[in-house]
Amino acid sequence: MRYVTHRIALGLVSLLLLSMMIYAAAEVLPGNPGRLVLGREATPAAVKEYNHKLGIDRPLPVRYVDWLSHAVRGNFGANYNDGRPVTNDLVPALKRSLFLALFAFLLCIPVSISAGVVAALRRGRPTDRAITVTGLSLAVIPEFVLGAILVTLLGPAFLNVFPGIAGTLEGASLWTKFDSLFLPALALALVLFGYIARMARAGTMEALDADYTRTATLKGLRRRDILLRHVLRNGLLPTIAVISTQVGYLFGGIVAIEKLFGYPGIGYLTLTAAQIKNFPMLLACVLVLGVVYFVATLSGDLLTAALNPRVRLGSPQ
Amino acid sequence: MTVADDNLPRLPIVVEGAPPLAQQPLDTPQRIRRETIRQIVRSKTFIVGAIFTLFWVTCALVGSHIVPFDPINDSFTASYHAPTWSHPFGMDRVGRDIFSRVLVGARSVMEVAPAATLLGVSMGSVLGLLMGYFGGWIDNLVGRVVDAVLAVPFIVLAILVLTALSAGAEGISVSSLKLVLVIGIAFTPIVARTVRSAVLAERDLDYVQAAKLRGERPPYIMLVEILPNVMGPIVVEATVRLGYAVFAVATLAFVGYGPQPPSPDWGLQISDQYADVTLAWWAVVFPALAIASLVVAINLIADTVQQVLDT
Repeated sequence: MRYVTHRIALGLVSLLLLSMMIYAAAEVLPGNPGRLVLGREATPAAVKEYNHKLGIDRPLPVRYVDWLSHAVRGNFGANYNDGRPVTNDLVPALKRSLFLALFAFLLCIPVSISAGVVAALRRGRPTDRAITVTGLSLAVIPEFVLGAILVTLLGPAFLNVFPGIAGTLEGASLWTKFDSLFLPALALALVLFGYIARMARAGTMEALDADYTRTATLKGLRRRDILLRHVLRNGLLPTIAVISTQVGYLFGGIVAIEKLFGYPGIGYLTLTAAQIKNFPMLLACVLVLGVVYFVATLSGDLLTAALNPRVRLGSPQ
Repeated sequence: MTVADDNLPRLPIVVEGAPPLAQQPLDTPQRIRRETIRQIVRSKTFIVGAIFTLFWVTCALVGSHIVPFDPINDSFTASYHAPTWSHPFGMDRVGRDIFSRVLVGARSVMEVAPAATLLGVSMGSVLGLLMGYFGGWIDNLVGRVVDAVLAVPFIVLAILVLTALSAGAEGISVSSLKLVLVIGIAFTPIVARTVRSAVLAERDLDYVQAAKLRGERPPYIMLVEILPNVMGPIVVEATVRLGYAVFAVATLAFVGYGPQPPSPDWGLQISDQYADVTLAWWAVVFPALAIASLVVAINLIADTVQQVLDT
C-alpha cells in the first residue's frame, strides 16, 4: 500500500511540474496574445482590452493557478479562434487516438512477445540475430516513415489491400474501423515491436539461466512445463512495465501517423491547434497526453506489483 | 647494493629451447583506447552503419554539386513521371528529379541533428557531473524535471515550444538554429541523468578521494579526474542521442516544423507528396527509405559502440 501511494505521489509531482513548464512555455514565449489574435493593425487599446477580457493582464502565477484549477476539473477554457470549449473537440479526438493505440498494442504484443521468447530460446543463432536486428532497426525508424513504406506496399499503389487514408470514421462499423486503421496501427506496432521483443528476450534469457530453471530441468520436468510455469512466468514480468511505458512513446508517434493517414485524433488536433496558435487547445492536448502516460505507467507498475510479491512487499534490492 | 638491484629492469631469462616469451601488454590508457576503437571498427554492424552514414554525410556536404538535375526548380514537363534509367527515382508533382532531391535532402537533417546532439550532450554532461558530484537539491530537481519531460512525447513538447517561439498570428516558422536549441535543451536532462549515474559510481572511488585530500578544487576533480573515466557512457549516450536527433528532425519536418517548400528535405517531401501516393509511390517511398537508412545506420553504430564499451 505504501508502494502504491508513493508511486502515485511521485507521478503527481511530475505532472504538476509538467503543467508548470508547459504553461510557462505557452504563456511567456509567444508574447502578447491580444496582439496575436487581433493582428498587427489592432490599436493598443483594443489589444489591452482583449487581454483584460481573457485575464491575461494578471500576474503569471495567478493565471497558472486559475488555469490548473479549472483544468483538473476538466475545463480547459475556450479556443482562441472560435470561442468554443476546448473539450468539445478534445474528448472525441482522445477517444479516436486511444482506439488506434489499443489496436496497435493488440497487433503488437502477441507477436513481439513470442518473437522475444523465440529469440531467447535460439540465443546466438541466426533466428535470434534476425529477430534482434529487425527489432532494433524497426524501433528507430520514425513511425511516419514506416507508415509511408507500408502504404506503398499494402496500400492503393500496389497490392491495394488497405486504404491509405483513414478520415474521421464517424459512425463507421467496427470492421471498417479496423480495416481503415490497420496500416497506421501496424506502423505504430512495428516501432514498438523492437522494444517489447528485446525486453521479452532479455527477461526470458535471465529466467532460462536462473537456478530454479536448472532445478526444474534436473528434476526431469517436461520442457513445456518448465517454459510455461517457470521461465515465462518470471521472465515476462519486466516486459509488462516496459509495455506500459511505451504508451508515452506510442503517443509521440501518433502525431505524425495521424497526420499521414488524416485520422483526427489527439495528435492531429495538437498539430491543427499549433498551426493556428490556439494555445488553450495546445496546452490541453499536451497535459492530457501527460495524464495518459501517467495512468499507463502507473497501471503498469501496479500490475507488476500485483503479480510480483517482491515488488509489492518491497524486498531489499 | 641490494637496493639498487631492485630498481634494475628485470631481464628475461632465456632458456634454451623454451617457447618465446609472450609480450606483456602495457595497460596504458592509450593502448586500451586503441584496442577499444579497433574492436568497434572491426565489427560488421559498425562497418555497414558507417558506410551509410558517411554516404549521407557526403551528400549533405557536396550533394548540390554532384546531383545530375536541379533539385529545387520545377520543370512541369514530366509531372509524376515513373522511374526511368535517367531518373532512377522518378519525378515529383512538379517534375523535379527525386533522385537529386533525395541526395540534396540529406543536408537539412545533417545541419541540425549533429549540432543538437553536441549541444545536448555537452550541457547534459556538465549538468550530470554537477548532479552526480554534489548530489542534493540540484540532483533532486533535475531528476523530477526529467520525469516530467519524459511524461510527454518529445515531438509534442517540441511542437509546443516551437509554436510558442514562432512569431506572428498564424503559420509556423522554424529556423535550423531554433531546432538545434530546442532539441539540444530537451536532450540535456536526459543525458544528465545518464552521466549522473556514471559519476555516482566513480564519486567514492579512491582516486577521487585522493584528489580531494590533495586539496583539488571541485571543478578540477570533476573535469580532470572524473570526466575521463565516464567518457564511455557519454560516448554511448551521444551516439544514441544522434539517432534520436535524426528521428526527431525528420518527424518535425514532416509535421511542418522544419524547412519549407521548395526545400528537398526528406520529411517535407513525404508530407508534400503523400496525398498523391496512389499516383506516384516513388515520390513518397524514396525519401522514406533515405530517412530509414540514415537512422538505422546511426543506430547500428550506436549499438556497436554500446556493446564494446559496456563489456
